[in-house]
Amino acid sequence: MTTTLISPGAASAAPGAALVAPARGAKSEGARVLRAGFIPLVDASVLIAAAEFGFAAREGLALDLVRDVSWANVRDRLAFRQFDIAHMLSPMPVASMLGLGSNPSPTITPFSLGRGGNAITLSTRLFARMRDAGAPEGADALAHARVLRRVLDGMRDAGEAPPTFGMTYPFSSHNYEFRYWLAAGGIDPDRDVKLVVVPPPLTSDALAAGAIDGFCVGAPWNMVASERGVGRIVAAKQDIWPSAPEKVIGMRPDWAESHSETVSRLLVALDAAARWCDRGENHDELATLLAQPNYIAAPVDIIRRVLAGEFSLDDTGERRVIPDYFTFHGGFANYPRPSHALWTYSQMLRWGQAEWSPVLAEKALSAYRPDLYRAALGTGPADADLRAEGTSFGDRFMDGFTFDPQAVPDYVAAFPVRYEQVAGSLSDDA
Amino acid sequence: MRHADLTILVIDENAIRSSIIEEGLREAGHLKVTVIHEMNGVARIIETLKPDVIIIDLENPGRDMMEHLFQLTRTVSRPIAMFVDRSDTASIEAAVDAGVSAYIVDGLRKERVKPILDMAVSRFNAFSRLQRELAEARSALEERKVVERAKGIMMKMRGLSEEEAFTLLRQTAMNEKKKIADIAQSVVTAAGLLT
Repeated sequence: MTTTLISPGAASAAPGAALVAPARGAKSEGARVLRAGFIPLVDASVLIAAAEFGFAAREGLALDLVRDVSWANVRDRLAFRQFDIAHMLSPMPVASMLGLGSNPSPTITPFSLGRGGNAITLSTRLFARMRDAGAPEGADALAHARVLRRVLDGMRDAGEAPPTFGMTYPFSSHNYEFRYWLAAGGIDPDRDVKLVVVPPPLTSDALAAGAIDGFCVGAPWNMVASERGVGRIVAAKQDIWPSAPEKVIGMRPDWAESHSETVSRLLVALDAAARWCDRGENHDELATLLAQPNYIAAPVDIIRRVLAGEFSLDDTGERRVIPDYFTFHGGFANYPRPSHALWTYSQMLRWGQAEWSPVLAEKALSAYRPDLYRAALGTGPADADLRAEGTSFGDRFMDGFTFDPQAVPDYVAAFPVRYEQVAGSLSDDA
Repeated sequence: MRHADLTILVIDENAIRSSIIEEGLREAGHLKVTVIHEMNGVARIIETLKPDVIIIDLENPGRDMMEHLFQLTRTVSRPIAMFVDRSDTASIEAAVDAGVSAYIVDGLRKERVKPILDMAVSRFNAFSRLQRELAEARSALEERKVVERAKGIMMKMRGLSEEEAFTLLRQTAMNEKKKIADIAQSVVTAAGLLT
C-alpha cells in the first residue's frame, strides 16, 4: 500500500510528546524528509495520500506526518522549525503576513489543498424552533439564515440568552463562512450570537452536551453530529461561496527559498496526489486510510459518504447530495489564487480583525505564491490572478455580492452587516 | 516591580504536572500563581486575573480558544494583548520540544520571562521522563505476571518443574526471535481457548 520511507505509525498520536527537530544534512538542501503537521480533517487528504500512496516517494521525498491538536500549535511548530510544512487554514498565512495573532511569523502558501468540505450544523433543539418559526421543508441556506434571524428576535424579546456557536479559529474559513451566512440572514455575529472556538473533533460532543447550539467545521464532523441525531446541517460551504478558499500547505518563506528544489518536488508530489484523490474509484481506499486512528479516527462509512458528497442532514433520513462537496484537484483547485488572499483580507476588515491600507493589502497578497506553483508545475489557470469572484454561473456568493479585488474597501463598506468601526477606517484611507 | 510580583496562570489538564510547575514557580519566589485544569470559564479567569504570563501545555486543544479570546478582546475597551514568547529561538524550540508554550503580556521584559519558561521546560521534561519510566516499570511488571501464569500452566499441563517451564519458554522465544513475554502471552491465550 505504501512506498514512503516513513511508516503510517509515524503520525504521532501524542502531539505533546517530545519531538526532535528533523536532521538537517550539510548537503545543498539538506535531508529529503519533510516533517508535516496536520489536523485530523478530510481536507488533509492530499497531504496524507502523498505520504501514504507513494507520490512523495516518487519525487524522492519522505513525508513525516505529525497529527496535532490545535491550529495555534501548527502555526508555532512551523514558526519554530519543528515542522517544515503544514496543513493550514488558508487565512493563517494571510494573518501571519499581516502580523495578526499571538505569534505572527512569515508564512507563505504555494499550494491549496482543494475546495469544499465545510458545513454549518445547528442543534436539533434550535432547528426545531426554526421549523416552528416557519422554516419550510427543503429550505436553502439563505432561507435558513433568515428564519434563524426570526428565532433570535423571538428569543431576545422573551429575554432568553443568545445562542452560542462554535467555529475553529479566529483566522479560519469557518469563522468567515459562519459570519457570512449569519450576516446574509441579517444576523450580527458579534451582537446577536456568541461565537466561541471549539476544536473540530470535539464539536459533536459539545453540541450533544448543549455547550454550543451550532458550529461551522470541516468534514467529517458535521455528518458525525447529524448521524448521531444531535444536529441538523443547514448550509454547506458550496451554498455560501463554492470557490471559497479552504486549507493550504504553509511554509516559511526563508525555507522555501533555500529549498527551492525540494519545494518543486513537493508540489509535483502533491499535484499527483490531488489528482488521485479526485478520482471516485480511489475513494474507498482513501476513506479506509483516513479513518485510521492515527489520521482522522472517525467511522469509515461516514468518511466514504463525505467524499461522495452524500449528506445525512439529520438522523431522520433527510438527505442531500452535493456533487462537488470536495474538489481536490479539478479546475485548478490547488492554485493559490491571489484574489482569494485579498478576499480573506476583506473579511478580516469586515469583522474588525485588520485595518485597510494598500500596504497591508500587498502584505496579504504576499502570503500566496502562485509563482512557486507555476515554476514547479509549469501550468496554471488562464484567467487573471486578481480576478473578480462570484461572477460566474455556479460560483455565486449566497447574498449575490461580487468581489472586485481592485476595490476592496468599497466591497467591505457595502455589506449591511459588518463590524461597526470598519466604515471609518475604510473611508479614511480608501 | 520585583519578578516575584508577576501574576502567572498555569493551564494544564494534567494535575500532577501542573502541581510540579506550580511548585517550581513558588520555589523561584513567585507567589501569584493560579492553576486551572480545564478551559471552562478561562475567558473570565483571564479577564479578572490579568496574568502577566500564561503557561499552557501543547496537548491542550484549548489553545485555539485562547487565540480567539485574545483576538476578540481587541474589539472591547480593555484589550488583552498577549503574545507567544519569542525571547530567544533556542529556548522557544526547547519549550515546543518539551510540549509547553508561554504567552506573555505586551510590554513585559523578555529577561523576566526566560527563567520562568526555562523552569517550565525542565519540569515538563522531567515529568515526561518520569512517565516513561513509570510506563516501562508497569509493562515490566505485566510481563513478569504473564510469564508466571504461563509457567504455572505449563507446570500443570505438562508436568514440568518451574525451571524447566522457564527454560522452555526462553528457548522458544529465542528460536522464534520473540520476547519471552510474547511467547508466555500465547501460552496463556492458547490455554484459555483449550480449557
